[in-house]
Amino acid sequence: MWINVKRKFRSICWYIGAILIALMTVYPFLWMVSTAFKPEAEIFSNPLSLFSANFSFDNFRAALETIPFMRYFMNSMILAVGGVITNVFFGALAGYSFAKLKFKGRKASFSLLLSSMMIPGVVTMIPQFLVLKNFPLAGGNNILGQGGQGFINSYAAILLPGAVGAFAVFFMKQFFETLPDDLAEAARVDGSSEFRIFWQIYLPLIKPAAITLGIMTFQSGWNSFMWPMIVLNSKEMMTIQVGLATFQYQYNTKYGPLMAGTVLATLPVLLLFIFAQKYYVQGIALSGSKE
Amino acid sequence: MNIWERDEILKRKDYAAKQNFMGRLFVAPPVILFLLFTLIPMVMAIGLSFTDYDIINAPNFVGLRNFKNIFTDEFFFIALRNTCYYTVLYVPLGLLLSLAAALFLNVNKKVVSLFRTLFYLPVLSSTVATATLWFWILNPQLGLLNGLLGLFGINGPAWLYNSRLAMISIVMMSLWAGFGGNMMIFLSGLKGIPDVYYEAARVEGAGRWKMFTKITMPLLTKTTFLVSTMLIIGTFQVFDQAYILTKGGPGNATITLVYYIYNQGFNNLDMGYASSISLILFAIILVMTIINQKINKAEI
Repeated sequence: MWINVKRKFRSICWYIGAILIALMTVYPFLWMVSTAFKPEAEIFSNPLSLFSANFSFDNFRAALETIPFMRYFMNSMILAVGGVITNVFFGALAGYSFAKLKFKGRKASFSLLLSSMMIPGVVTMIPQFLVLKNFPLAGGNNILGQGGQGFINSYAAILLPGAVGAFAVFFMKQFFETLPDDLAEAARVDGSSEFRIFWQIYLPLIKPAAITLGIMTFQSGWNSFMWPMIVLNSKEMMTIQVGLATFQYQYNTKYGPLMAGTVLATLPVLLLFIFAQKYYVQGIALSGSKE
Repeated sequence: MNIWERDEILKRKDYAAKQNFMGRLFVAPPVILFLLFTLIPMVMAIGLSFTDYDIINAPNFVGLRNFKNIFTDEFFFIALRNTCYYTVLYVPLGLLLSLAAALFLNVNKKVVSLFRTLFYLPVLSSTVATATLWFWILNPQLGLLNGLLGLFGINGPAWLYNSRLAMISIVMMSLWAGFGGNMMIFLSGLKGIPDVYYEAARVEGAGRWKMFTKITMPLLTKTTFLVSTMLIIGTFQVFDQAYILTKGGPGNATITLVYYIYNQGFNNLDMGYASSISLILFAIILVMTIINQKINKAEI
């Protein structure tokens, strides 16, 4: 009897604690949404309230009028989705090759890719910018890479260096390694090409892993900031994160429109999370946290 | 050898040659991109660090001048000190917070997965969005934090406008934004500890604290080391938060190493000098990465 009471008490304490922590993580988001829908006067007269009687879209309208948020939204969408397609496809292709095919230079090229994980982006950021700017025959450059802007201020400045990273390859390789070899042997005897064996036999078997990788790639692409800020600096090429940062810098007292912009910059990843939670859990367990 | 056997051998050879070619073709894209956008830039960074390259004029070789200048550069040391200060505050607190949250959620209740999701929510949002939200939360007059402090009769400070509190504000924001991710790693570490250990300890009459210090902590050593080195690698590259929340200010209190490299390289166009600082940062991060990988392989 006494033990039961103690257990009940402990359980209630646990729930109170859990709700308090959840309030700490969730409440700021609710407050962000509430600020975004509040008329300006009310933001200053009653900043803390969560509900407003005068629900309005004015802040969104103001945000979209001051800065081309929709254009930035589209830019980010194109870059993030493009990154997902190339990373999943080329990552799976290379991962499959490392896991299932025998070829010369397999070990060497694998350790080469492995070493790239040790090099932080900060070190390569300046020379990478120079490589993109002086890329031969791109963006008005001549064969020596002189005279134009190269890939700077184009989608390629993000899509090309990020088309397939070592992480995508390792991630996919792990899953192909769990599949048996004899599926390929049988297909080879039947005369299937190596690409068809990959595309029609092996890839469908690791579809959940491919979706997980796709989601992780989308999130990091959508949320990335520093590199897009460096290589996309013209007004119409900015991503939504860079646009939001610019907006925050120029209009840092317009909290309503600022929060409206923040809602727009957060929404896609949040929606993806809600609809694809089971893949998320898988991804988090495999790759740890974001940086 | 009859004709069938010969045919079989030829077929095998054919497969092997095909595989050799296709295998290389399939791994070509990441390998080529690695050469173009990691290896060549890495070599270029080393080369640039011995020059005075400014994008406009051709680079001149200046020997070790850039590296010598670093040691007398007041701002480099301010940036280094700020980065270390951020690391010293953030890493232990981040570790503690995410471990505590994981231990808290490591119970047998159906609602755990709901709360796990809610605790993880801040991790999803971009650092820019989170920092913009915190810029509003930390507003001295209207912000959520000072409003909350006001309920307890505390007059909250001007967080971001005070050179002592600015970095602490950035740490608070980063803790809020990041603890959920490491909590997940600790949770999977905790799931890996077999229940029999705890059952045996219970039979022996061990209390909760004893089980924690004698079973949980020792078995989490590897996870803890991994998370700490990962956190340190991350904190030495902190940029977004400082850029959005304080623009490095007030009075350079939140200029970080990456921020300083970015400023030198892309605002002052002193790409040679920026490259030499980035190589020093690389050395620091490399040490952490090697320790991290050693731990990852070690059987602790």
